[in-house]
Amino acid sequence: MQWEIVIGLEIHTQLATASKIFSGASTAYGAAPNSQACLVDLGYPGVLPVLNEQAVVMAIKFGLATGCRIAPRSVFARKNYFYPDLPKGYQISQYELPIVHTGRIEIATEAGGVKTVGITRAHLEEDAGKSLHEDFRAYSGIDLNRAGTPLLEIVSEPDLRSASEAGAYMRKIHELVRYLEISDGNMQEGSFRCDANVSVRSRGESRLGTRTEVKNLNSFRFVEKAIEIEAARQIGILEGGGSVLQETRLYDPDRDETRAMRTKEDANDYRYFPEPDLLPVVIDDRLVEKIRATLPELPDAKRARFSREYALSDYDAGVLTSSAALAKYYEETVLAANSASPKLIANWVQSQVIAALNEDGLDIREFSVTPAELAALADKIADGTLSGTLANEVFAAIRAGDGSVDTIIEQRGLRQITDEGAIARLVAEVLAAYPVQTQQCRDGNEKVIGFLVGQVMKASQGKANPKQVNDALRKRLRE
Amino acid sequence: MHDYTLARLREGLLGERFSATELTRHFLDRIARFDGELNAFISVTAEQALRQAEHADRNLAAGRSSALTGLPIAHKDIFCTRGVKTTCGSRMLDNFVSPYDATVVERLERAGAIMLGKTNMDEFAMGSSNETSYYGPVRNPWDRERVPGGSSGGSAAAVTARLVSAATGTDTGGSIRQPAALSGLTGLKPTYGRVSRYGMVAFASSLDQAGTLTHSAEDAALLLQEIAGLDERDSTSLDEPVPDYDRAIRTPWEKLTIGVPESFFDDGLDADTAAAVRAGLSVFEKLGATLKPVTLSHIHLSVPVYYVVAPAEASSNLSRFDGVRFGYRAAGDDDLIELYKRTRGEGFGAEVKRRILTGTYVLSTGYYDAYYLQAQKVRKLISEDFRLAFEDVDLIAGPTTPTPAFRIGQKVDDPVQMYLNDIYTIGANLAGLPAVSIPCGFVSGLPVGLQLVGPHLREAELLKAAHYFQLETDWHLRTPGIYR
Amino acid sequence: MRTASEFYAVSLKSEDVEKLCSLARLEIAPAESADLLAKLTDIVRLVDELQAQDTRGVVPMAHPLDRPQRLRADVVTESDEHALYQANAPLVERDLYLVPKVIE
Repeated sequence: MQWEIVIGLEIHTQLATASKIFSGASTAYGAAPNSQACLVDLGYPGVLPVLNEQAVVMAIKFGLATGCRIAPRSVFARKNYFYPDLPKGYQISQYELPIVHTGRIEIATEAGGVKTVGITRAHLEEDAGKSLHEDFRAYSGIDLNRAGTPLLEIVSEPDLRSASEAGAYMRKIHELVRYLEISDGNMQEGSFRCDANVSVRSRGESRLGTRTEVKNLNSFRFVEKAIEIEAARQIGILEGGGSVLQETRLYDPDRDETRAMRTKEDANDYRYFPEPDLLPVVIDDRLVEKIRATLPELPDAKRARFSREYALSDYDAGVLTSSAALAKYYEETVLAANSASPKLIANWVQSQVIAALNEDGLDIREFSVTPAELAALADKIADGTLSGTLANEVFAAIRAGDGSVDTIIEQRGLRQITDEGAIARLVAEVLAAYPVQTQQCRDGNEKVIGFLVGQVMKASQGKANPKQVNDALRKRLRE
Repeated sequence: MHDYTLARLREGLLGERFSATELTRHFLDRIARFDGELNAFISVTAEQALRQAEHADRNLAAGRSSALTGLPIAHKDIFCTRGVKTTCGSRMLDNFVSPYDATVVERLERAGAIMLGKTNMDEFAMGSSNETSYYGPVRNPWDRERVPGGSSGGSAAAVTARLVSAATGTDTGGSIRQPAALSGLTGLKPTYGRVSRYGMVAFASSLDQAGTLTHSAEDAALLLQEIAGLDERDSTSLDEPVPDYDRAIRTPWEKLTIGVPESFFDDGLDADTAAAVRAGLSVFEKLGATLKPVTLSHIHLSVPVYYVVAPAEASSNLSRFDGVRFGYRAAGDDDLIELYKRTRGEGFGAEVKRRILTGTYVLSTGYYDAYYLQAQKVRKLISEDFRLAFEDVDLIAGPTTPTPAFRIGQKVDDPVQMYLNDIYTIGANLAGLPAVSIPCGFVSGLPVGLQLVGPHLREAELLKAAHYFQLETDWHLRTPGIYR
Repeated sequence: MRTASEFYAVSLKSEDVEKLCSLARLEIAPAESADLLAKLTDIVRLVDELQAQDTRGVVPMAHPLDRPQRLRADVVTESDEHALYQANAPLVERDLYLVPKVIE
């Protein structure tokens, strides 16, 4: 029996507004418990919600970036259920008329092709608070700072057919919301959460199988593993003649298994009805066009342009556009450079710059080497002033704040030695110092040449042009 | 003094015939003397009131007074008042001290009014007799064996017995107008959205509106002037200019066409009440208005619509009362769900629980379309009826209630009977229209109210008609015996 | 057009009431439940009168006003007042609201 896995993902991303979706309290992460929960967030008697403009703008941005239809009129609805982290006993969400719907996004498949994944809808809603279960004996402690943070719930069509496709889709959405600057996508802090709807059916069958919802997926890896394990579980049941129960399950990464959630009632009737405290959100074309004009170049378009304009491989273009900030850094460097090629700069950014960022735990926006300085350094390599090794030393010096490229080269006398005569003198010195190895080379031992080149480089304090050293050495050995 | 309207009290204060402090003390004494029997107040804020009165006197002396400086009022205990207990007539909020003021409270305080206390009400505004309050029933000053009406029964009784000179109320299905009618007062429910709901504990969000219970339309205009207008904290608050109501009601009388829904005058309406209302209508004719029959073809469905929509919204609005962040919490902490159930089971009274369950039912899967959605559609039909009628007439008039005040305990065991008290008032809430009830006579010593309904945002026209009626009649100036 | 009684054989059962009480988190004492069932049945009969009304083509009215939602500027306007707000809380420890533990 050939099985097909059918997956739809529901992603909740926190929108990066300064204040909450329905109140003026701050959304900043990490504040002292309940210090950012105002009366509206606490669901106090008599208070009312007022809608944050930025949340609307951000939702529209997402809709435009994914080719969605922007609803000219959308409505908020109450989703009613009791839980201690839900202060009003209902969540203000959207039900029948979401703010954007019917869009798509392209993902790269394992086979190397491109697949279009449908986006059913994205809607606005408020986040709930947090429960802390440790430290309070038989109690849980409720922190409502997070209550009221705006969420965009993005629902995909059940178009995904494998765990890896699901991972690719999730990564794509993650990249997009960061590019659009509508979310920081920080999964550790809970700004980007994913639930997977998983079902299986025999290949060729058009009807969907019974699906389960798998929650607690807060990393790309967990999403893929959970889907694999859940699909296998369902297939096991069906092959054994049983049927899959529609339920909500939690992924347990320690055991690599999914478990039915004990607390979720099987029939939680949410009793959705239009939110009477909020009026319909009316969005006209003028607003949409105004927002469209502020959209940044999207990741796919940027990647394609980089490949084209800078003659970069797909891989390089991918790394350099992994964040909008990094891409900006790269491009500014290329534009500031004169003789250095985009490829040279690409190599430097992908290796030395990224390594430096990782080492210091910095974001590219905080990096001490500016695009102008990196461009100047790259130019010095391109025009032969600096050898590769010395360029690294200069780079480290700039990072440490020792000055500009030019001053560092001058102060440390790091100009590359390219004078033929000087190199010939150094070669002669080394050959004289190492007669045994010299003889071995003359006898045809290729490996020892590297040793001799190294000695010349050392004698020149790394300043000699390595290629010229190599050529000069070989010439002398042939004599 | 206690018999004066706000307008007359204001004149007295400005003319230095008495001070704000004297006035406040006078009313506080009356409260101490009479409220034991009436039970109109849940909290009396004597110290705060006297402090405010002193402050008012200083302002008056300095010539710095505002529109309502020194005038003693009471707030229905559904309005959040900072630092003061706000109970909504419920055990659930018996220990709740609000950390903030409702917009209505803020605006009246800014205008100089002095709050003497918080008035009793049907629990969470659910009732038409003020018999569902955790704090016991309120008695009608006209006959203390009878109800004052509800849910703003405490406000009505307080003003009728002259324990304050005016009070705020809320009206979701008639809860200002019906008590006004049963108590001989002028009760105003403004257009939905005219007055902010911020700080007014929600019952049915798309129907609730804050309003006033006063001796006269002139007084209603004075208070409305201060509380009407946009509030950014309430998304349903209207961004519409606020006219000068006081000036508007004094403009020369213009001929009006008043529509009378003849279907209201059927067997459901007590004959003597009908006669008093018709007598009231003939006063308008005498003033030069033309009466014209109107048909509101779906109005007979207003009670069923209301008893789907209001409980549905209430069932959701009251979910926040769970014992976690404020309010009553049951004893015993074994299990979360049991704790919720016990807290809400013990904290809420029977009528509130019934409405929550009704609301839960009509919203639940399988029933939503047939009940909630159907009710919102019929609501639209009823609103359309009014809109069409207003193409032909300027105002619509008729009885406020089917009978005068009934006895305490008489209907409390039959919810549906109780619900039918709202039969004439509900339509205005469903359509969001402004409406006022004014006294138009007496039946066996009990007041009768005449209701005027206007198109959206026409409070000025409504109050003007009421004011002219009150220039021609003196029903609104009558005071029950011992309270004179 | 069907009458109310044809459309809905309205007979709420006590299981229905129990289910509603569970959804609404309301505990009803056994002594009250018979009365509650009777009263709820009366109320449902009242509202069933709506079924007789033809509403084809009618747009449901969620708000009396036909206005669009106002938008608020994205500015932080609230400050930390948790001490004041928590003065009303039944059970607070280390600034957290305590409830009986729910184990996932």
